[in-house]
Amino acid sequence: MKTSVLKRILSFYVEGFRSMTIGKTLWLIILVKLFVMFVFLKFFFFPSYLGKFDNAAEKQKYVSNELIQRAK
Amino acid sequence: MIAEIDISLIDWSRAQFALTAFYHWLFVPLTLGLGIVQAVMETIYYKTGDEFWKKTAKFWMKLFGINFAIGVATGLILEFEFGTNWSNYSWFVGDIFGAPLAIEGVVAFFMEATFIAVMFFGWNKVSKGFHLASTWLTILGATISAFWILVANGWMQYPTGMGFNPDTVRNEMESFWAVAFSPVAINKFFHTVLSGWIIGAMFVAGISSWYLLRKREIKFALSSIKVAVVFGLIACLLSIWTGDGSASQVAKRQPMKLAAMEGLYEGDNGVNLVGIGILNPSKKEYNDNEKAFLFKIDVPIPKLLSYLAFGKFNEYVPGIKNILEGGYKQPDGAIALSAEEKIARGKLAIDALSEYKKAKADSALYANKADSIKIVLAAEIENYAETVSDDTGATSQALTADELFSGKTAEIQTKIVNSRKQLDDNFDYFGYGYIKEPKDLIPPLSLTFYAFRVMVILGGFLLLLFALATYLSYKNKFETKRWLQWTCLISIFLAIFAGQAGWVVAEVGRQPWAIQDILPTSAAISKLSTSSVQLTFFIFLALFTILLIAELKILTSAIKKGPQINEQ
Ligand code: HEM
Repeated sequence: MKTSVLKRILSFYVEGFRSMTIGKTLWLIILVKLFVMFVFLKFFFFPSYLGKFDNAAEKQKYVSNELIQRAK
Repeated sequence: MIAEIDISLIDWSRAQFALTAFYHWLFVPLTLGLGIVQAVMETIYYKTGDEFWKKTAKFWMKLFGINFAIGVATGLILEFEFGTNWSNYSWFVGDIFGAPLAIEGVVAFFMEATFIAVMFFGWNKVSKGFHLASTWLTILGATISAFWILVANGWMQYPTGMGFNPDTVRNEMESFWAVAFSPVAINKFFHTVLSGWIIGAMFVAGISSWYLLRKREIKFALSSIKVAVVFGLIACLLSIWTGDGSASQVAKRQPMKLAAMEGLYEGDNGVNLVGIGILNPSKKEYNDNEKAFLFKIDVPIPKLLSYLAFGKFNEYVPGIKNILEGGYKQPDGAIALSAEEKIARGKLAIDALSEYKKAKADSALYANKADSIKIVLAAEIENYAETVSDDTGATSQALTADELFSGKTAEIQTKIVNSRKQLDDNFDYFGYGYIKEPKDLIPPLSLTFYAFRVMVILGGFLLLLFALATYLSYKNKFETKRWLQWTCLISIFLAIFAGQAGWVVAEVGRQPWAIQDILPTSAAISKLSTSSVQLTFFIFLALFTILLIAELKILTSAIKKGPQINEQ
């Protein structure tokens, strides 16, 4: 019983994707976009700035020091 | 060691954020607005069973899908920028943004992944009612997402419901409800979503007009217009109403933004609202003797600004000069501090944070040292106790050891308590401690002033347009009015422009603050090299242009192909 519901849901998606026309192009754009965003942009250009610190305590220390020094 | 933060770094980082936000905001309002129009059309189909409405809804849904696909995830880039370019800010607010944005992510993912699939794949597969419900839930999901994002933005304009924890250097949520239902957030939500509805309605009316100009798909176009213009008219009326609500929130919480929106240097009781005007470019300083305007015409209802801001025609509205000089009575009765007093209090808050951190470090260090000395002492004492049979000597030794430390410990504790109090007492002005001169508190005036005029004037224009279009389309006269069709087509861009101008008012108008009064951009920003930010700015510009061209190409080819309804 349960599997047949799952199967029906699965085939709903599979058939849906198969019968797409313009949707295929759109999915291609979405995938390329996500690839560019996460692999290219995030990895090379948008690392987390505080990621260079190992733990929350060090991040906290860095930020508080910055916040204090910048007011000087 | 710590270099000054370069102004050009701040400017480039802001330009980069603005570019991404503008771009993201091309897609979002269309999703919100077109989503409702198509849902209304499907509802008509559900009620009447007329296949024509099903096809009509399906066509707009296709355009919705294209816009959605190109726009989806563009907002995530803003989050990348938070982590990279605005890392102090991100750390500082972490806890508050965590909750709303996490809810947003989960809700959006589940609602969109399930209901949007039913919406696109489910025709003929699920019941009519279930399909209709999915369409409405798709748009509801998107609107709820927008709500959480706008809550986050609202908090930056009016930080409420939080407490600053100097140990973590983070703002921590004290009341989820105060954050989620702050009056600023609620107003912003309605005004922003309604502006999306206007854009969606204009899009449908404009594209349909294009078909009429081409003498194609006449029935489809006229029927779509009938739905769109009524929806647009309602959205316009409500958006003016909520815009007025936003203005009164701005008056209460961000008086400097309001003064910039109006080019108001000198406040007064019962101030007029500027209709149109040209700012005087030779006015360089807020306190020089140049006049503010070369030319201006006020809205003919006298004292309207006072009324819009505070609900009373004779209420005092402070100008830029008054806000910087202080000394006037605020609506809550308190006397406004001058910029210099606020800066002094900000410095007190930051000094207190520094003292607090030092005392905490001392306390940890001292406790450590004291512990190790005490261990040695304890061993000594034990030795001593073994050598003498009577251990009274040992006890008195131990007491003196504790006493030795207690004096210093108490001193550190007092420092911690006092600096914490000083911090809490002055935290409302924390960000002012970074401001070098009072005039740095004035946002870019002309941008704010003109953007506000553009939004409001276009709002008025769109209201008239929708009203006229509603009248003519229900009198069955729309089809012959080619000038109106052209106007509707061009007004798609005007509506989009109004929305972008709205964001300029909200975001440029609150400079220099990343978080109002608490954190200016100069403290929020990461210390990166300006050239690396310039590089990513241009990468974005290129990527966004490519994506935009892709969207426009796919969109226009779908529009040219048309709904393919046999209209006989
Ligand atoms: C005609 C009367 C209107 C008034 C009085 C008005 C008022 C305002 C005010 C005061 C703000 C700033 C809110 C803040 O800084 O927190 C704002 C923002 C905004 N407005 Fe308008 N507005 C009007 C029409 C429009 C129209 C026609 C659109 C778009 C089609 C629009 C789109 C926006 C957007 C997107 C924002 C930024 C988001 C926000 O802060 O709410 N507004 N508006």
